[in-house]
Amino acid sequence: MKTDDLISALAGDVAVVPRHAVGRTLGLGLGLGAAVAVAIMVLWLGVRADLMDAMHTGPFWMKFAYALSVAILGFGLIDRLARPDGEGGLFGPMILAPLAVMTVLAVYQLAGAPDELRMKLMLGASYQVCARNIVIISAPIFLGLFWALRSLAPSRLTLAGAVAGVLAGAVGTFIYAFHCNESAMPFVAIWYTLGIAAVGALGALLGRATLRW
Amino acid sequence: MVQSLAGDRTAYSTLLRRLNGHLRAYYLRRLGSGRAADAEDLLQETLIAMHARRSTYDTSRPFTAWIHAIARYKLIDHFRRTKRRAEDSLDDPAQLFAQSDANAVEAQIDIDRLLQRLPEKTRRLVRDVKIRGLSTTEAAKRNEISESAVKVGVHRAIKSLGDKIGDGQS
Repeated sequence: MKTDDLISALAGDVAVVPRHAVGRTLGLGLGLGAAVAVAIMVLWLGVRADLMDAMHTGPFWMKFAYALSVAILGFGLIDRLARPDGEGGLFGPMILAPLAVMTVLAVYQLAGAPDELRMKLMLGASYQVCARNIVIISAPIFLGLFWALRSLAPSRLTLAGAVAGVLAGAVGTFIYAFHCNESAMPFVAIWYTLGIAAVGALGALLGRATLRW
Repeated sequence: MVQSLAGDRTAYSTLLRRLNGHLRAYYLRRLGSGRAADAEDLLQETLIAMHARRSTYDTSRPFTAWIHAIARYKLIDHFRRTKRRAEDSLDDPAQLFAQSDANAVEAQIDIDRLLQRLPEKTRRLVRDVKIRGLSTTEAAKRNEISESAVKVGVHRAIKSLGDKIGDGQS
Protein backbone atom coordinates (compact mmCIF):
# COMPACT_ATOMS: atom_id res chain seq x y z
CA MET A 1 0.00 0.00 0.00
CA LYS A 2 1.25 3.43 -0.86
CA THR A 3 1.81 5.67 2.12
CA ASP A 4 -0.14 8.48 0.47
CA ASP A 5 -3.16 6.21 0.08
CA LEU A 6 -2.81 5.19 3.69
CA ILE A 7 -2.83 8.80 4.79
CA SER A 8 -5.95 9.53 2.78
CA ALA A 9 -7.66 6.51 4.29
CA LEU A 10 -6.70 7.49 7.82
CA ALA A 11 -7.68 11.10 7.31
CA GLY A 12 -11.10 9.94 6.14
CA ASP A 13 -11.76 8.38 9.52
CA VAL A 14 -11.86 11.14 12.08
CA ALA A 15 -14.34 10.00 14.69
CA VAL A 16 -14.37 12.44 17.58
CA VAL A 17 -12.27 11.26 20.50
CA PRO A 18 -13.90 12.19 23.81
CA ARG A 19 -11.89 13.92 26.49
CA HIS A 20 -10.30 11.64 29.08
CA ALA A 21 -10.72 8.72 26.69
CA VAL A 22 -7.87 6.83 28.35
CA GLY A 23 -9.45 7.09 31.79
CA ARG A 24 -12.80 5.97 30.39
CA THR A 25 -11.36 2.91 28.70
CA LEU A 26 -9.45 1.90 31.80
CA GLY A 27 -12.46 2.63 33.98
CA LEU A 28 -14.63 0.42 31.79
CA GLY A 29 -12.20 -2.50 32.00
CA LEU A 30 -11.82 -2.00 35.72
CA GLY A 31 -15.57 -1.65 36.30
CA LEU A 32 -16.53 -4.75 34.32
CA GLY A 33 -13.81 -6.76 36.02
CA ALA A 34 -14.84 -5.53 39.46
CA ALA A 35 -18.48 -6.46 38.81
CA VAL A 36 -17.44 -10.04 38.03
CA ALA A 37 -15.13 -10.03 41.05
CA VAL A 38 -17.96 -8.95 43.34
CA ALA A 39 -20.16 -11.72 41.97
CA ILE A 40 -17.44 -14.32 42.53
CA MET A 41 -16.81 -13.06 46.05
CA VAL A 42 -20.47 -13.06 47.08
CA LEU A 43 -21.29 -16.43 45.53
CA TRP A 44 -18.09 -18.20 46.55
CA LEU A 45 -17.06 -16.73 49.90
CA GLY A 46 -19.99 -14.62 51.00
CA VAL A 47 -19.94 -11.35 52.88
CA ARG A 48 -18.83 -11.66 56.50
CA ALA A 49 -21.80 -12.26 58.79
CA ASP A 50 -20.87 -9.57 61.30
CA LEU A 51 -20.50 -6.82 58.69
CA MET A 52 -22.85 -4.45 60.49
CA ASP A 53 -21.07 -4.78 63.83
CA ALA A 54 -17.64 -4.62 62.26
CA MET A 55 -18.48 -1.30 60.67
CA HIS A 56 -18.24 0.28 64.09
CA THR A 57 -14.60 -0.70 64.50
CA GLY A 58 -11.48 1.11 63.29
CA PRO A 59 -9.55 -1.82 61.81
CA PHE A 60 -12.46 -2.58 59.50
CA TRP A 61 -12.06 0.82 57.89
CA MET A 62 -8.30 0.66 57.88
CA LYS A 63 -8.40 -2.34 55.56
CA PHE A 64 -10.59 -0.49 53.09
CA ALA A 65 -8.53 2.66 53.38
CA TYR A 66 -5.38 0.68 52.63
CA ALA A 67 -6.82 -1.04 49.57
CA LEU A 68 -8.56 2.09 48.33
CA SER A 69 -5.53 4.35 48.61
CA VAL A 70 -3.37 1.88 46.69
CA ALA A 71 -6.13 1.57 44.08
CA ILE A 72 -6.50 5.34 43.61
CA LEU A 73 -2.76 5.85 43.25
CA GLY A 74 -2.57 2.83 40.96
CA PHE A 75 -5.26 4.25 38.72
CA GLY A 76 -3.51 7.61 38.53
CA LEU A 77 -0.33 5.82 37.60
CA ILE A 78 -1.78 3.50 34.97
CA ASP A 79 -3.66 6.41 33.38
CA ARG A 80 -0.23 7.89 32.66
CA LEU A 81 1.59 4.70 31.79
CA ALA A 82 -1.10 3.76 29.25
CA ARG A 83 0.26 6.56 27.06
CA PRO A 84 3.42 6.19 24.98
CA ASP A 85 5.04 9.25 26.53
CA GLY A 86 3.74 8.47 30.00
CA GLU A 87 5.96 8.94 32.99
CA GLY A 88 4.96 7.84 36.47
CA GLY A 89 5.95 11.18 37.95
CA LEU A 90 4.98 11.71 41.56
CA PHE A 91 2.50 8.83 41.57
CA GLY A 92 5.35 6.33 41.26
CA PRO A 93 6.92 6.66 44.68
CA MET A 94 3.62 7.68 46.25
CA ILE A 95 2.10 4.26 45.65
CA LEU A 96 4.42 2.95 48.35
CA ALA A 97 3.13 5.45 50.92
CA PRO A 98 0.06 3.38 51.98
CA LEU A 99 2.34 0.40 52.52
CA ALA A 100 4.64 2.53 54.67
CA VAL A 101 1.73 3.72 56.81
CA MET A 102 0.46 0.17 57.12
CA THR A 103 3.89 -1.09 58.16
CA VAL A 104 4.20 1.56 60.85
CA LEU A 105 0.77 0.65 62.23
CA ALA A 106 1.62 -3.04 62.17
CA VAL A 107 4.96 -2.59 63.91
CA TYR A 108 3.35 -0.32 66.48
CA GLN A 109 0.70 -2.92 67.22
CA LEU A 110 3.23 -5.73 67.41
CA ALA A 111 5.48 -3.77 69.72
CA GLY A 112 2.63 -3.12 72.11
CA ALA A 113 1.43 -6.73 72.18
CA PRO A 114 2.49 -9.45 74.64
CA ASP A 115 4.87 -12.04 73.20
CA GLU A 116 2.39 -14.88 72.96
CA LEU A 117 -0.06 -12.78 70.94
CA ARG A 118 2.38 -11.66 68.28
CA MET A 119 2.19 -14.73 66.09
CA LYS A 120 -1.56 -14.56 66.20
CA LEU A 121 -1.53 -10.90 65.15
CA MET A 122 0.53 -11.81 62.12
CA LEU A 123 -1.10 -15.06 61.10
CA GLY A 124 -4.71 -14.53 62.17
CA ALA A 125 -6.99 -17.44 61.37
CA SER A 126 -6.86 -17.24 57.59
CA TYR A 127 -3.26 -16.58 56.61
CA GLN A 128 -3.21 -19.74 54.51
CA VAL A 129 -5.95 -18.54 52.20
CA CYS A 130 -5.90 -14.74 52.37
CA ALA A 131 -3.34 -13.95 49.68
CA ARG A 132 -4.62 -16.77 47.49
CA ASN A 133 -8.21 -15.52 47.73
CA ILE A 134 -7.12 -12.01 46.85
CA VAL A 135 -5.37 -13.30 43.73
CA ILE A 136 -8.47 -15.25 42.66
CA ILE A 137 -10.86 -12.36 43.22
CA SER A 138 -8.50 -9.98 41.44
CA ALA A 139 -8.32 -12.17 38.34
CA PRO A 140 -11.33 -10.74 36.47
CA ILE A 141 -10.23 -7.18 37.29
CA PHE A 142 -6.78 -8.05 36.01
CA LEU A 143 -8.27 -9.33 32.76
CA GLY A 144 -10.47 -6.24 32.40
CA LEU A 145 -7.52 -3.89 32.85
CA PHE A 146 -5.31 -5.79 30.44
CA TRP A 147 -8.09 -5.81 27.89
CA ALA A 148 -8.34 -2.01 28.24
CA LEU A 149 -4.58 -1.55 28.06
CA ARG A 150 -4.37 -3.51 24.84
CA SER A 151 -6.34 -0.80 23.08
CA LEU A 152 -4.14 1.91 24.57
CA ALA A 153 -0.45 2.56 24.00
CA PRO A 154 1.86 1.82 26.94
CA SER A 155 5.51 1.96 25.94
CA ARG A 156 7.00 0.54 29.13
CA LEU A 157 5.24 -2.77 29.01
CA THR A 158 6.63 -4.52 32.09
CA LEU A 159 6.04 -1.49 34.28
CA ALA A 160 2.55 -0.90 32.92
CA GLY A 161 1.74 -4.58 33.47
CA ALA A 162 3.01 -4.44 37.05
CA VAL A 163 1.01 -1.32 37.87
CA ALA A 164 -2.12 -2.78 36.28
CA GLY A 165 -1.55 -5.86 38.42
CA VAL A 166 -1.14 -3.85 41.61
CA LEU A 167 -4.29 -1.87 40.79
CA ALA A 168 -6.25 -5.08 40.12
CA GLY A 169 -4.88 -6.56 43.33
CA ALA A 170 -5.86 -3.49 45.34
CA VAL A 171 -9.41 -3.45 43.99
CA GLY A 172 -9.65 -7.20 44.52
CA THR A 173 -8.45 -6.70 48.10
CA PHE A 174 -11.07 -4.02 48.64
CA ILE A 175 -13.76 -6.50 47.59
CA TYR A 176 -12.23 -9.35 49.59
CA ALA A 177 -12.22 -7.15 52.71
CA PHE A 178 -16.02 -7.51 52.82
CA HIS A 179 -15.49 -11.20 53.48
CA CYS A 180 -12.32 -11.27 55.54
CA ASN A 181 -12.88 -10.89 59.26
CA GLU A 182 -9.29 -10.38 60.31
CA SER A 183 -8.71 -7.12 62.09
CA ALA A 184 -5.05 -7.15 63.14
CA MET A 185 -2.89 -4.60 61.36
CA PRO A 186 0.15 -6.93 61.12
CA PHE A 187 -2.04 -9.49 59.36
CA VAL A 188 -3.28 -6.91 56.89
CA ALA A 189 0.20 -5.49 56.33
CA ILE A 190 1.60 -8.92 55.53
CA TRP A 191 -1.07 -10.92 53.76
CA TYR A 192 -3.04 -8.22 51.96
CA THR A 193 0.21 -6.77 50.72
CA LEU A 194 1.38 -10.19 49.63
CA GLY A 195 -1.82 -10.73 47.65
CA ILE A 196 -1.52 -7.35 45.93
CA ALA A 197 2.18 -7.87 45.23
CA ALA A 198 1.50 -11.30 43.74
CA VAL A 199 -0.97 -9.88 41.24
CA GLY A 200 1.49 -7.07 40.52
CA ALA A 201 4.26 -9.59 39.84
CA LEU A 202 1.97 -11.51 37.54
CA GLY A 203 1.26 -8.30 35.64
CA ALA A 204 4.96 -7.55 35.31
CA LEU A 205 5.58 -11.04 33.94
CA LEU A 206 2.74 -10.90 31.43
CA GLY A 207 3.14 -7.26 30.44
CA ARG A 208 5.78 -7.60 27.77
CA ALA A 209 4.10 -10.50 26.01
CA THR A 210 0.49 -9.35 26.14
CA LEU A 211 0.58 -5.56 25.95
CA ARG A 212 2.60 -5.23 22.73
CA TRP A 213 1.14 -3.15 19.94
CA MET B 1 -3.86 17.31 16.71
CA VAL B 2 -6.34 18.84 19.08
CA GLN B 3 -8.49 19.78 16.10
CA SER B 4 -8.14 16.28 14.69
CA LEU B 5 -9.37 14.77 17.95
CA ALA B 6 -12.41 17.01 17.67
CA GLY B 7 -13.08 15.53 14.23
CA ASP B 8 -11.53 18.15 11.93
CA ARG B 9 -10.73 16.24 8.74
CA THR B 10 -8.64 18.92 7.05
CA ALA B 11 -6.48 19.54 10.08
CA TYR B 12 -5.89 15.84 10.50
CA SER B 13 -4.96 15.37 6.87
CA THR B 14 -2.46 18.23 7.07
CA LEU B 15 -1.00 16.81 10.24
CA LEU B 16 -0.58 13.33 8.76
CA ARG B 17 1.17 14.72 5.70
CA ARG B 18 3.58 16.71 7.79
CA LEU B 19 4.29 13.73 10.05
CA ASN B 20 4.86 11.63 6.99
CA GLY B 21 7.97 13.60 6.08
CA HIS B 22 9.30 13.84 9.61
CA LEU B 23 8.83 10.16 10.32
CA ARG B 24 10.32 8.97 7.04
CA ALA B 25 13.44 11.03 7.74
CA TYR B 26 13.52 9.74 11.29
CA TYR B 27 13.38 6.07 10.29
CA LEU B 28 15.73 6.43 7.34
CA ARG B 29 18.32 7.95 9.61
CA ARG B 30 17.90 5.23 12.22
CA LEU B 31 17.90 2.31 9.80
CA GLY B 32 20.31 3.58 7.22
CA SER B 33 19.39 4.49 3.66
CA GLY B 34 19.90 0.89 2.54
CA ARG B 35 16.73 -0.13 4.33
CA ALA B 36 14.30 2.27 2.75
CA ALA B 37 11.64 -0.45 2.44
CA ASP B 38 11.82 -1.20 6.17
CA ALA B 39 11.64 2.49 6.92
CA GLU B 40 8.54 2.80 4.77
CA ASP B 41 6.92 -0.16 6.55
CA LEU B 42 7.72 1.33 9.92
CA LEU B 43 6.40 4.69 8.83
CA GLN B 44 3.09 3.14 7.81
CA GLU B 45 2.93 1.08 10.96
CA THR B 46 3.55 4.15 13.05
CA LEU B 47 0.87 6.17 11.27
CA ILE B 48 -1.64 3.37 11.77
CA ALA B 49 -0.71 2.93 15.42
CA MET B 50 -0.91 6.65 15.99
CA HIS B 51 -4.31 6.74 14.35
CA ALA B 52 -5.70 3.75 16.24
CA ARG B 53 -4.36 4.98 19.57
CA ARG B 54 -4.83 8.69 19.17
CA SER B 55 -7.04 8.71 22.25
CA THR B 56 -3.85 8.30 24.31
CA TYR B 57 -2.68 11.80 23.38
CA ASP B 58 -3.03 14.05 26.41
CA THR B 59 -3.84 17.47 24.97
CA SER B 60 -2.11 19.23 27.85
CA ARG B 61 1.25 17.78 26.88
CA PRO B 62 3.48 18.53 23.87
CA PHE B 63 2.36 16.67 20.77
CA THR B 64 5.95 16.08 19.64
CA ALA B 65 6.79 14.13 22.77
CA TRP B 66 3.82 11.87 22.15
CA ILE B 67 4.49 11.15 18.49
CA HIS B 68 8.18 10.71 19.19
CA ALA B 69 7.40 8.16 21.89
CA ILE B 70 5.29 6.18 19.42
CA ALA B 71 7.94 6.37 16.70
CA ARG B 72 10.61 5.27 19.14
CA TYR B 73 8.50 2.42 20.49
CA LYS B 74 7.90 1.14 16.95
CA LEU B 75 11.60 1.42 16.14
CA ILE B 76 12.66 -0.53 19.22
CA ASP B 77 9.94 -3.07 18.51
CA HIS B 78 11.31 -3.43 15.01
CA PHE B 79 14.85 -4.04 16.26
CA ARG B 80 13.57 -6.54 18.76
CA ARG B 81 11.65 -8.40 16.08
CA THR B 82 14.45 -8.49 13.57
CA LYS B 83 17.05 -9.14 16.26
CA ARG B 84 19.29 -6.77 14.45
CA ARG B 85 21.51 -4.78 16.73
CA ALA B 86 21.40 -1.16 15.91
CA GLU B 87 24.68 0.58 15.20
CA ASP B 88 23.38 3.32 17.43
CA SER B 89 23.15 2.45 21.05
CA LEU B 90 19.59 1.85 22.08
CA ASP B 91 20.68 1.58 25.67
CA ASP B 92 20.68 5.28 26.11
CA PRO B 93 17.35 6.85 25.17
CA ALA B 94 18.72 10.33 25.74
CA GLN B 95 21.27 9.75 23.03
CA LEU B 96 18.63 8.59 20.58
CA PHE B 97 16.68 11.70 21.38
CA ALA B 98 19.65 14.01 20.99
CA GLN B 99 20.72 12.62 17.62
CA SER B 100 17.43 12.90 15.88
CA ASP B 101 17.41 15.95 13.66
CA ALA B 102 13.80 15.48 12.77
CA ASN B 103 13.04 15.52 16.42
CA ALA B 104 15.09 18.63 16.97
CA VAL B 105 13.12 20.30 14.21
CA GLU B 106 9.83 19.30 15.77
CA ALA B 107 10.98 20.45 19.17
CA GLN B 108 12.05 23.73 17.60
CA ILE B 109 8.50 24.24 16.36
CA ASP B 110 7.13 23.70 19.84
CA ILE B 111 9.68 26.07 21.35
CA ASP B 112 9.08 28.77 18.78
CA ARG B 113 5.37 28.63 19.35
CA LEU B 114 5.83 28.90 23.09
CA LEU B 115 8.28 31.76 22.82
CA GLN B 116 5.79 33.67 20.67
CA ARG B 117 3.77 34.13 23.81
CA LEU B 118 6.50 36.06 25.57
CA PRO B 119 7.03 39.80 25.20
CA GLU B 120 9.67 40.76 22.62
CA LYS B 121 12.45 41.70 25.07
CA THR B 122 12.02 38.66 27.29
CA ARG B 123 11.95 36.42 24.27
CA ARG B 124 15.33 37.70 23.18
CA LEU B 125 16.74 37.12 26.64
CA VAL B 126 15.52 33.53 26.75
CA ARG B 127 16.90 32.87 23.27
CA ASP B 128 20.30 34.33 24.14
CA VAL B 129 20.75 32.56 27.44
CA LYS B 130 18.85 29.30 27.09
CA ILE B 131 19.07 28.49 23.40
CA ARG B 132 22.21 30.19 22.07
CA GLY B 133 23.98 29.48 25.34
CA LEU B 134 25.41 32.93 26.02
CA SER B 135 26.64 33.66 29.52
CA THR B 136 24.74 36.07 31.72
CA THR B 137 27.47 38.70 31.20
CA GLU B 138 27.35 38.39 27.42
CA ALA B 139 23.58 38.54 27.36
CA ALA B 140 23.62 41.58 29.63
CA LYS B 141 26.03 43.38 27.30
CA ARG B 142 24.10 42.45 24.17
CA ASN B 143 20.80 43.62 25.57
CA GLU B 144 22.29 46.58 27.40
CA ILE B 145 20.84 45.74 30.79
CA SER B 146 22.35 44.67 34.08
CA GLU B 147 23.32 41.06 34.78
CA SER B 148 20.81 40.70 37.57
CA ALA B 149 18.07 41.95 35.23
CA VAL B 150 19.04 39.18 32.82
CA LYS B 151 18.84 36.56 35.55
CA VAL B 152 15.51 37.77 36.88
CA GLY B 153 14.07 38.15 33.38
CA VAL B 154 15.03 34.67 32.27
CA HIS B 155 13.87 33.11 35.50
CA ARG B 156 10.46 34.77 35.28
CA ALA B 157 10.08 33.86 31.62
CA ILE B 158 10.83 30.18 32.21
CA LYS B 159 8.43 30.10 35.09
CA SER B 160 5.62 31.70 33.08
CA LEU B 161 6.31 29.33 30.18
CA GLY B 162 6.03 26.44 32.60
CA ASP B 163 2.62 27.73 33.67
CA LYS B 164 1.55 28.12 30.05
CA ILE B 165 2.48 24.58 29.12
CA GLY B 166 0.14 23.56 31.88
CA ASP B 167 -2.99 25.06 30.30
CA GLY B 168 -3.44 22.77 27.31
CA GLN B 169 -2.43 24.23 23.99
CA SER B 170 -0.99 23.07 20.64
